[in-house]
Parts: sequence; C-alpha cells; structure tokens
Amino acid sequence: MIDQYLYLAVILFVIGAIGVMVRRNALVAFMSVELMLNAANLALVAFAWHHASFDGQVATFFVMVVAAAEVVVGLAIIVSIYKTRRSTSVDNANLLNQ
Amino acid sequence: MIPLEIVDPVAATGLFSYAWLMIALPALGALVLLAFGRFVDRAGPYLAVATITGSFVIAVALFMQLLAAPVENRAVGVHLYTWFGTGSWQVDVGLLVDQLSILFALLITCVGGLIHVYSLGYMAHDERMRRFFGYLNLFVAAMLTLVLADNYLVLFVGWEGVGLASYLLIGFWQHKPSAAAAAKKAFVMNRVGDLGMVLAISAMLAQFGSSAFVDVNHGAANLAGPWPMVIGLLLLLGACGKSAQVPLQAWLLDAMEGPTPVSALIHAATMVTAGVYLVVRSHTIFDLSPEARLAVVIVGTVTLLAGAWIGCSKDDIKKVLAGSTMSQIGYMMLAAGLGPAGYAFAIFHLLTHGAFKANMFLGAGSVMHGMNDDVDMRHYGGLWKYLPVTFWTFACGYLAIIGFPLTSGYFSKDHIIEAAFGESALVGTLALLGAGVTAFYMTRLMLMTFGGGKRWLDGVHPHESPAVMTVPLVVLAVLSIGAGAVMNWWIQDWLEPAAGNHPHEVELLPTPIGWLTMLVVAGGIGIGWLVFGRKPVPAVAPAGNAITVAGRNELYGNAVNDVLVANPVMVLSRGAVATDAKGVDGFVHLVSTAISGFSVEGRKAQTGYVRTYAVTMVLGVLVVGAVLILGLAA
Repeated sequence: MIDQYLYLAVILFVIGAIGVMVRRNALVAFMSVELMLNAANLALVAFAWHHASFDGQVATFFVMVVAAAEVVVGLAIIVSIYKTRRSTSVDNANLLNQ
Repeated sequence: MIPLEIVDPVAATGLFSYAWLMIALPALGALVLLAFGRFVDRAGPYLAVATITGSFVIAVALFMQLLAAPVENRAVGVHLYTWFGTGSWQVDVGLLVDQLSILFALLITCVGGLIHVYSLGYMAHDERMRRFFGYLNLFVAAMLTLVLADNYLVLFVGWEGVGLASYLLIGFWQHKPSAAAAAKKAFVMNRVGDLGMVLAISAMLAQFGSSAFVDVNHGAANLAGPWPMVIGLLLLLGACGKSAQVPLQAWLLDAMEGPTPVSALIHAATMVTAGVYLVVRSHTIFDLSPEARLAVVIVGTVTLLAGAWIGCSKDDIKKVLAGSTMSQIGYMMLAAGLGPAGYAFAIFHLLTHGAFKANMFLGAGSVMHGMNDDVDMRHYGGLWKYLPVTFWTFACGYLAIIGFPLTSGYFSKDHIIEAAFGESALVGTLALLGAGVTAFYMTRLMLMTFGGGKRWLDGVHPHESPAVMTVPLVVLAVLSIGAGAVMNWWIQDWLEPAAGNHPHEVELLPTPIGWLTMLVVAGGIGIGWLVFGRKPVPAVAPAGNAITVAGRNELYGNAVNDVLVANPVMVLSRGAVATDAKGVDGFVHLVSTAISGFSVEGRKAQTGYVRTYAVTMVLGVLVVGAVLILGLAA
C-alpha cells in the first residue's frame, strides 16, 4: 500500500517543482510551492502509518503551521508588488541582478 | 717597528670627573636654542657663546691639571655609564682625557668660541640666527664627543653628530637650491666613508671583543694575518670621507655654500681634521701595517697636490681656501701615514692649521661682508686700504700658511716635509712641491683680493666689519703667528705617550731641507707676483690653459664620480624600477585581471530571475540526492 502513496507524493512534488520552474505568475508559483509542501506531508504521513509511529504526523502539523505563516507573508509580498508594479510576473522582479 | 709602550688611563678624580660638562654644556645650549623656538630668539645666540666659553674654561682647567700631572698620569679615563651589553660585549660610554684629546678640546672650544663670537656679527641680519647658533652648539657638542670618546663606538656617535651638524649648516640657506644640493652631497659622500668606519668598528668588535681604545691598543699586537691592514684601510676610508681626501674629496668645495663661519669652523679648523685624529688615535693599528700606512701616505700626497692645484685656479675666494684646506689636510694625512716619525707633526700642523685657516676663512667672510656677499676675487682688488684690520689679520694667516720663518706654519709644515724626505725622496719632493704651490695660490689670493686696482661691481662700498668680527680675527692672527713657536719644542714630548712618537730633534736654525723649502716657497711667491702682481688682473676670467681649466673643474672629480658611481647606480636603479613595473607588477596585475575576468563571467549566473534560481535549486537537490543514494548504495 505504501508504494501507491509514495508514487502519488512524488508525482505531486514533481508537478509542484515544474510549476515553480516554468510558471511566471507569482500566485501560480506560490500554489506550486504549496503543492510540493503537501506532497512532502503526504509522504511523511504515509511513512508514519507504515511504521505505526506518530512522529511523521507531528512533523506534518509543524509543516502545515509553517506553511500557513509563510502563505500570510508571501501573499502580502505579492500584493504589495502588485500594488507598485501592476504585475504579478516573477520575471519582472529581477532587480537583484543589478 | 718600534715596540710601543701602551699607557693605560688612570681613573678620573677631582676636576676630571666633570669633563663630561665640556660636552653637556653646548649640547644643552643646542637643546634650549632648538627646542624653545622664538622665545629664545634674542638671548639664544649669547647663550650659545656662553656655553662654549664654559667648555673652553673647563678644557683649559683640565689642560693645566694635565700639565701639572706626572707623565704617567696624563691619560685620564672618565667612566660615565654602560651604554649597552649584549652577549660577551659590553660597551661603556666614557671619556678619555689625554695629551691628544685635550689638545683637540682646546682647539675646538677656542677656535669654536671665537667663531661663535664672530657669528654674532656675521649673522646679525639673518632672521634664523637662533637656529644657526643652535646648530653650531650641536656641532661643538658632537665634535667634543668625537675627540673625547674613549672607544670607537662613542667616537662614531660624535662622528655622525658632526656629519649631521655639517649637513644642517651647509644647507643653512636652504632656500638656495645650490646650498640644499651641496648639503645632500656632503651627507651622501660622508656615508661612503662611514661605511668604512662601521666595518672597521665591526672588525674590531669581532677581533678584540671590544671597541674601547685600551682594548684595541692592547689587542692590536696579537692581530693575525691581514687584519691590521684591513682595519687600517677601512679606517682610512672613513677618514677620507670626513676629511675630504681623494677619492672622497668632491663634497668639500661644494660645502662652501654654507655661511662662512661654518666653513671656518667645520670645513677648515675642526671637523675635516677628524680623519687625521682618527689615524693618529688608531696608531697601534697603523704601526702594524706598512701597507695601510703607505695607503695613508699616498692619499695624503695625492690630496695635498690636488687641493693645491684646485686652489690655484678657482676665482671664488672660499673655494680657493677650501682647496687649500684639502691640501693642508693632505699634509697632515701624509705625516700621519709616516708612522711614529710623523704623528706628532700631523697633530702639530692640525693645530696651527686650525688657527690660521679659521683666521683666513673668517677674513674671507669679513671681505664678503664688505663686498655685498660677492665671493668672486675678480671683483675685489685694492681692499687693503678699505679693510685694514681684515687685511693685516689675513696677512698673518697668509704668512703662516706659506711657512714664513718663525710663523706657526713654518714650524709645523717644515717638520712634515722633513719627515717625508725621511720616508722617501719622492714623497718628500712632492710635499716640497706642494709647499711651493701653496705659496703661489695664497699669493694669488692676496694680490687679487687686497692688492692691485679696484675691480668692484657698481654699488659696492667696502667697509670694515664691526669689532665683534674683527676681535676674533685679531686673536686668531696672533695664534697664527705665535702658536708654532710656542708648541714647537714641546709638542713631540707631550704627545709621545699618546701618539707613540719618538722625538725627531728640532732646531731653531733650518736644516738643509728647511732652507730648500724656503727657497721653493720664495719661488712660489715670486711666480705668483709675476703673474698677478705685476700687471692688472683681468676682471673677467681668461680662458686659461688645460691645467687651469682642469683646476676650475675641480680636477673633474664630479665627472669621475658620475662615471664611476652615479651613472652605474642610475642604470641599476632604472633597471630595478623597470623590473618592478614590468615584471613584479606585471605578474600581480595579470593575476588580478584573471580573477576579475572570472568574476565578470561568474556574475552572469546571477540573473535575478526567480525561476532560474529555482532550477538551480532543483538541480542541486538532484545532485545531492544522487550522491546520497549512490553513497548509501556503495
């Protein structure tokens, strides 16, 4: 049984990673990051179930809490960038190469 | 070789314990004058005169005590403190007041004091007068350290001190580029000689484990192999630098850029004779090495002729006297190189020369004072009527230097010529020739300056100098005439313990060589009168023959230095600069260019695009994961 969970987790993670790499829209990239986090959560829960241990489930809660906090900060940044630039494209925010 | 009895100094008691005050007084004067700035502008020069007068009084008192003491107690060592000790060496600072050093102390403080007084008048209108007197006091302190030291390292401190004072005073009018250049030249050429001194002292430390005169004198007899010659030649190099002897003579003529009292004190009477003092003081070394003594004789003979040659052709009154100084110091060196037969005569001539040459330099300063600081003798003429005191005192110096019977130079120079004939006929003949040339150029100087018709420039109104300048001249003139007769029958016996001299009988009536010398001198005067006295002297220097031109160019001493030393060094330094710029810097620049090139390329990876960074991260994770998995599998 654990194999199927892990395959799903890998598929979700790869979809998320590709999304981060190819999509320009900051919101979509953000959702892809969330997808990767949740793929990791799925793997953690699957392993916890497999080993009959609560450690993985506890870790999952931590990840969800951190992800929630991260969403708050991340969305605030995206909104503020959108307010100043009228764009959510990550390629437009490239001032760091100057 | 004559076995020498080496006299150990006795410990100082009574007044001798205060011998250090002789040095401390002028040193304190220099400190006050130089450190207190314009607060002592008015009183400073008088303070300087007072300090050197104090030194003179102490020197006279010590001299009297030495005269009263029995012969074996006439060398007094004054231990002051331990300078430093390292390993098996211990260097003490101490003074040695003996027959030789006390004569020098008297000369320095007496002539120095008179020149201080003279400078009160000569420098009266110079706004940096206080500084001048500060330097003069510094010089006197350093010179007394040089002659009173009881070991070579302390002597070297004084040796460098007089070099510093000489540099400061030659360049005293530093607003003149020529004076600044002359000061630097003197300093640099003295360094060459100092190299010899340093090496000689190092050799002594290595050989004797000490640089004290006592240890060197005792240890010299045990020196093996070439060491006496090596140390002797190194000391001679030092002496050549300080005393402007060939081949290190070129700085002395330029040193005339300094104020005239400086020329009189430092570059005629005292500092430039330090080389002679050094040779006589080191007689135990030179006695052991005929080669080193021969080198001293050759240097002295060559210099006495070269100096006289230059003196014959210069029109600048101070440079004539400078050439003459070189020449007279050549005589002293020659005498010192003759060994025990000549040491006392070297010192005798040194003392009389100190008096009569200081007299003539100060006289030249007095003439310049009246002639708006013009030094060209072709612009003088007929001054005897306008500067009577200067003329008569100068005439005393003139008679002394040419060796007119019974004046001081007559006694001292004749002894040297006679001793030179005792060594070899060639050296004697050359010394005799030098005496004739001396008479010629001094007659020329007298006739061009004081005799003949006026060749003054417009607006020049010669006037006699104030009493503050003429009184020292009169005193020095009396010494020029009388000092020789006073010392003639006394100085050999007096110096015998210190200079290891065996007396050479002196007679009042001239020996055959004495008569010959007088004849040659008369010939020199006669030729001088024929050329410069019988017909008017042209106001513009004639072209002159090759001999004159060579003399005017100081026998091409500067050109020789340029070719032999300056140019090779310049080529070497240019090469070093090019190596540094092209080679060393080139390599460093290559490395830095390569690194900045790499970083320019590397910087392109930083695109600023978030997605690029994401790709990099994913690739990184993949690589790390692959490594971990493969590592675990292995």
